[in-house]
Amino acid sequence: MSDRDDLQGGPLERLWRFFTRPSARWSLGALLGVGAVAGVLFWGGFNWAMEATNNEAFCVSCHEMRENVYAEYRGTIHDANASGVRATCPDCHVPKEWTHKMIRKIQASNEIYHKLLGTVSTPEKFEAERLRLATNVWTAMKKTDSRECRNCHNFVAMDVAQQGERARNVHLLAAQKQQTCIDCHKGIAHKLPAGAFEAERALNQKFDAMNKPH
Amino acid sequence: MNSRLKIIAAAVGAFLGLAMLAHTPTASAAEVKSLRGDAPLTEENAAPLVMGYKEGGTHARNFRQQPPLIPHKIEKYEIDLKVNQCLYCHDWSNNKKMGAPQISETHYIDRDGRRLDVVAGTRWFCNQCHVPQTDAEPLVENQFAPASQTR
Repeated sequence: MSDRDDLQGGPLERLWRFFTRPSARWSLGALLGVGAVAGVLFWGGFNWAMEATNNEAFCVSCHEMRENVYAEYRGTIHDANASGVRATCPDCHVPKEWTHKMIRKIQASNEIYHKLLGTVSTPEKFEAERLRLATNVWTAMKKTDSRECRNCHNFVAMDVAQQGERARNVHLLAAQKQQTCIDCHKGIAHKLPAGAFEAERALNQKFDAMNKPH
Repeated sequence: MNSRLKIIAAAVGAFLGLAMLAHTPTASAAEVKSLRGDAPLTEENAAPLVMGYKEGGTHARNFRQQPPLIPHKIEKYEIDLKVNQCLYCHDWSNNKKMGAPQISETHYIDRDGRRLDVVAGTRWFCNQCHVPQTDAEPLVENQFAPASQTR
């Protein structure tokens, strides 16, 4: 048995002691300095990784995205329009607020798992899963009152006088009925799945039942 | 024998000569006109006119059995094997709620005369017959008049 403290006890015990014992060798200044630099590097690296995985180029680096959803997205109003302002993949599919963004990023690890499994590795497999995947996104959007749409679009800032007759009527009514963007604007950036209308009805009924006052 | 060879050689020579003549470019560069006329390479064509869609109200029919025209834009509306977005408003099950005209009853009858609840496959692709209108002027003057007025 050694008489040195740090070699006694189990591994967890030793680790705990390592963190709790005051340092007798390093000055407080050196510890603080090293800690600060390490902290900046870690936080910077973390944010860098977040941003590097949060842009269009990263999303379409997988053939699943590039050949299915991205190909459909090209030419839609959010890809090409008069003013040249674009909403790319993460603008709609990754929340902007930090907490929600982290939750979504952690959920995305499941997508890596399915990338490895090859769940949607061919257009046929993708088509077979399309209704389920689309319903997932619609459900999420309904739950958050279309939060990602509202990063840019806002009922309050909407000048209905500049809209077409059909759009004006429906938007005024929708605001009154507390509807959210995704209630109508499905399939605007990607193709709709077969059975989309039936799925929409089922989803609306589910949410109506949930929100009904008891 | 020798004279025969000479004749063949002369014939082949004449043929080759003619062939080469035919391939020689006869027109000089100045005479070549591109499809867009004499315009120099650096000059850009005028942008094509963009016609506005006629929206709102309804379009009158020009003959008895004319498929009704669409008084709104239909760009980006998906009509394919899986989905028909026109039905979102115009199907019998939705049109009252959406305040849209209902699809004709005849479109729910299939080619064997069966009455269906869903639009018949033979009528699925709306824009084969129904089209929106733009405010484009006719390119050539014509005396077209609606059928009801020529009776």
